[in-house]
Amino acid sequence: MRVTVVQFLGSNCDHDVIQWSKDIFRMPTEVVWYTESDLRKPDLVLLPGGFSYGDYLRPGAMASRTPAIESVIDFAKSGGLVLGICNGFQILCECGLLPGALLRNSSLHFICRDLYLKAGNKKTPFTNKIPDGKLLRVPIAHGDGNYFCDEETAKALESEGRVAFRYVSPEGKIDPEWNPNGSMSGIAGILSEKKNVLGMMPHPERASDKALGCEDGRLIFESVISHLES
Amino acid sequence: MAEMEVTFELAKENGITPEEWEKIHKILGRKPTYPELGIFQAMWSEHCSYKSSKIHLKTLPTEAPWVLQGPGENAGIIDIGDGWAVAFKMESHNHPSFIEPYQGAATGVGGILRDVFTMGARPLANLNGLFFGAPDHPKTPFLMRGVVAGVGDYGNCIGVPMLGGQVTFHPCFNGNNLVNAFTLGVLRGDRIFRGKAEGVGNPVWYVGSKTGRDGIHGATMASAEFSEETEEKKPTVQVGDPFTEKLLLEACLEIMADDFVLGIQDMGAAGLTSSSLEMAERAGSGIRIDLSKIPLREKDLNPYEILLSESQERMLFVAKKGYEKEILSVFRKWNLDAVQIGEVTDTSRAEFWFGGKKVADIPIAGIGDEAPLYDRPSAEPEELSEMRKLDLSKIEDLKDPGKEFLHFIGSPHLCSRKWVFTQYDQSVRTNTVQGPYHEAGLIRLKGTTKGIAMSLDVNPRLCKLDPRLGAASAVAESALNVACAGAKPLGVTDCLNFGNPEKPGVMWEFKEAMAGMREACLKLETPVVSGNVSFYNETEGVGIYPTPSIGMVGLAEDISKTATCFFKKDGAKVLLLGKRKGTLGGSLYLSAVKGLDKGNPPELDLDYHKSLINLMISLIGDGLVESAHDVSEGGLLPALAECCLSPLSDDLGASIDLKPGQRLDELFFGESISRVVVTADPESAGEVMKSAAAAGIDAGEIGLTGGKDFSVSIEGKRIFSLKISEIRTVWENGIDKILA
Repeated sequence: MRVTVVQFLGSNCDHDVIQWSKDIFRMPTEVVWYTESDLRKPDLVLLPGGFSYGDYLRPGAMASRTPAIESVIDFAKSGGLVLGICNGFQILCECGLLPGALLRNSSLHFICRDLYLKAGNKKTPFTNKIPDGKLLRVPIAHGDGNYFCDEETAKALESEGRVAFRYVSPEGKIDPEWNPNGSMSGIAGILSEKKNVLGMMPHPERASDKALGCEDGRLIFESVISHLES
Repeated sequence: MAEMEVTFELAKENGITPEEWEKIHKILGRKPTYPELGIFQAMWSEHCSYKSSKIHLKTLPTEAPWVLQGPGENAGIIDIGDGWAVAFKMESHNHPSFIEPYQGAATGVGGILRDVFTMGARPLANLNGLFFGAPDHPKTPFLMRGVVAGVGDYGNCIGVPMLGGQVTFHPCFNGNNLVNAFTLGVLRGDRIFRGKAEGVGNPVWYVGSKTGRDGIHGATMASAEFSEETEEKKPTVQVGDPFTEKLLLEACLEIMADDFVLGIQDMGAAGLTSSSLEMAERAGSGIRIDLSKIPLREKDLNPYEILLSESQERMLFVAKKGYEKEILSVFRKWNLDAVQIGEVTDTSRAEFWFGGKKVADIPIAGIGDEAPLYDRPSAEPEELSEMRKLDLSKIEDLKDPGKEFLHFIGSPHLCSRKWVFTQYDQSVRTNTVQGPYHEAGLIRLKGTTKGIAMSLDVNPRLCKLDPRLGAASAVAESALNVACAGAKPLGVTDCLNFGNPEKPGVMWEFKEAMAGMREACLKLETPVVSGNVSFYNETEGVGIYPTPSIGMVGLAEDISKTATCFFKKDGAKVLLLGKRKGTLGGSLYLSAVKGLDKGNPPELDLDYHKSLINLMISLIGDGLVESAHDVSEGGLLPALAECCLSPLSDDLGASIDLKPGQRLDELFFGESISRVVVTADPESAGEVMKSAAAAGIDAGEIGLTGGKDFSVSIEGKRIFSLKISEIRTVWENGIDKILA
């Protein structure tokens, strides 16, 4: 599996996802600068977290107008797998590959903490290896992760199995107490219509190393590997 | 703008004394120009010159075989083996954070990050010491919201995790809150960059943000007391742009990967003036700069303003000739200005030109060698002898211990710092082994088994009552924190926050604190490698308690052999290692609950403390203990309860049984500097006791982990029992009391 990580001015989790792909999963990993159009034939594109362009204008807005993202859009439209994490999710919403928007957290604060995620659909390229009933413990670190979309889109996301992850309580229940940012229906991540594009606010790359305490995030990467192999 | 007429009156307004005015004439052999006056005034400000502290700072130990860079550079560096090194420093941003908390705190983080990456290190961890006024002071919520958001937003945007620190409330900070920012970075020991302007004819480069009018006189502002007119000083506070800093960080590390950068320094306090002068001074060279070439944010800045602007996110570096193309291509990639503004000379003078005219010409040695140095008079403050008196018979002992315990642990002084810490990214860069809820921050060093532990500590109350002991105990506590994570303490950075040094009482506190730090650093073999001094933390004549913050850095050779403070499982034995008895003198309990900052603080036996530190490192390294928690402010019971309150796992209780012989308040909340609570498997507990005995450290069994309650007895007689969930609710919501 060939992985491409796109770097923008102000990305700060680029290093973390490169390590995720290259060191933890030993995948050939290319790094593409935002001005480049050639994605170098990836099987998976990773859009890292961070503060591209300092979140100026709106988070992800400026990154979504770069040559690299134009190529990512073409790649996704032809069925290629794209995973945007945190700022990467914001960029995917801004460039139109995913519907809706990520508003300021309801608390108006940046929030960093570990949370529990429940997969909404196990039959996707990004979730197929998650065992039934398994909750993933993964940290969030964002100021704008409050997912919002219009009613029609919300209905489509639910009925088409496109809610990839929700924030849940340790018992697996949707619970406002465990929704960190006011996100609609506790949404932590969503999929495109063809389910080949995933945007999620939590950081699975930060929960994939035993030395740091938790490896639940590995399941997402392992799902992609298994999807491409099958 | 017409050239300002330079008179003594004008100089005096800017903090120059008659003696200093004389010296300036002697150095120049003439009257200074207006820009020259600005240069002297900034360079000789307390903030830049350390004129009141220097002779005392020289007494601190700064050397050890593992010290690669001691004080005098942008950050200190220690060797951690296998070719790796860590650069670290702490710096205050107190005055700006009181005037404008968000930007003041944010630019404090920005400045310390630059100090570390200037050395060629990749910043990997931040700590923060935040000191606010009384929880119920009307300004506290405003300052706290602003400071925490400012610290968070800057570090989060750059992508450097915040691993903890300290949040303290005390009325002595009502008029002067403190923001002490610490950054640690990692580099190869043979790739250290220093702030030197070397090689005659080599170009001097300016990179980063454009220069604006913000922060002019920042260094001077930070060298004076506050009064009612402090609000007017808002324009002296700089405005931060973490996005630009992130680009600057990446661009600088990219050019430093090559061999053509000879010296580099950030433009911090006193901006271009101090960076250019210091770089030339360190290299013994001269420097010529054309101020007309500086990229400007707004039109018509005059030479004085350009020299003294403290606009953020700017660096100065000297490179070998002939690498212009390479340098420009890197900075163009990162969308940053990079301009050649001058060159290194052999004149030993700093020359600044503007529009083809020389506007300043100063012998560099004059600024440094002739800088005023004061051995200011000192005398023990009169109030101290009264403060040290404590008559416990006049203080009522606990009546309803369970309720009083709950109230105490839920107070802003002891409660969870979750509200603060969740606003900081703790895990970016995927190195965080222990984040801010732990005893010490601990990151792994990728590609090795090593872990780097760090802790920030000071107890201003102890420092007030006995500055010598207080400063020594800050070193001792921070070293013990690092040891409780399983790491060996190796070096110190400090941030010395004091009142007005022109007052003999404050100077006495400072001198005593230096003596205490010296004793402790020598004994614990933790040299001071970097730091800063912040005087004039006074408003309307009222000063803060002496607050020498200590940042301690230690090394764990194997991160798989480290410990955290949280109880791990049912049925473990709870052991108390170290001094058995605490004292109420100078305790948080007396201060927070009884409103008394009184009494003699606990004693500190540095030899004993060192044995305890070594014992902890070996117990953790041998895997004999499951958890380790230093018992500090608040005393024994709050420390034990904290071990039950892991943010990541379920409630795990404990039954504690203590020996009688003390008042309840003293037994539960008395403080001692050398105490640690550990848990051990019943099979290992005997081994732990034996090791402690061999090390000469007192040890005793005080309870068992298990259940969902926190129960406390004395000789088997139950005093109180509370559900962990109840303690957690009170403890986690304590900060809300301030913000509501």
